[in-house]
Amino acid sequence: MDAVGALADLTEISSQVEAAVVFDEDGTVLASTLDDGAPGERLAGAAIDLLAAAEEQSYGVGRTLTQLEVALREGSVFVVRDQDRSIVATTRADPTSGLVFYDLKTCLRALAESPAKPKRRRTTKERSDA
Amino acid sequence: MRRLFALLLFVGGPLLYLARRREERRERVHLYYDDGSMVTLEHGAPEADRLLAVGRAAL
Repeated sequence: MDAVGALADLTEISSQVEAAVVFDEDGTVLASTLDDGAPGERLAGAAIDLLAAAEEQSYGVGRTLTQLEVALREGSVFVVRDQDRSIVATTRADPTSGLVFYDLKTCLRALAESPAKPKRRRTTKERSDA
Repeated sequence: MRRLFALLLFVGGPLLYLARRREERRERVHLYYDDGSMVTLEHGAPEADRLLAVGRAAL
């Protein structure tokens, strides 16, 4: 399953997720439920900022941050990260956190289990002298 | 009329303030680590404020 398909499944399963973006460790957006371009990149950028700020906390020394939730009056922001991919999602206020985390992890797991796309073989046409 | 307004202000003001404080206290950050531990940063803690600001910008 590709990132777009995984996100489509996520939004179908989870009614609490309003927007979600899958991105790699560089912050490159792999798939987004938002419009192409700036909104998805902005959310991925915010997620990277959140992860960076959270890792600066002294509590995390010797441990690896795997997921976080920022709960606000307006809604919540969830970030879950895998080895090479992460997902960020926004929800309405007071979501069922455990359920949202489960859905996000399922989405990342589906991406991780998807077989790598076979590389295209470059075919060269034989030149005929005729 | 003026008395009624003063009464509303006297009663409603503190209630509004308390409701807002309660809402603010619900703002928090949960950090989860690979060893299964979790840290909660409450609203008002200096560590939480930066994360809350970034989260608010994301919404």
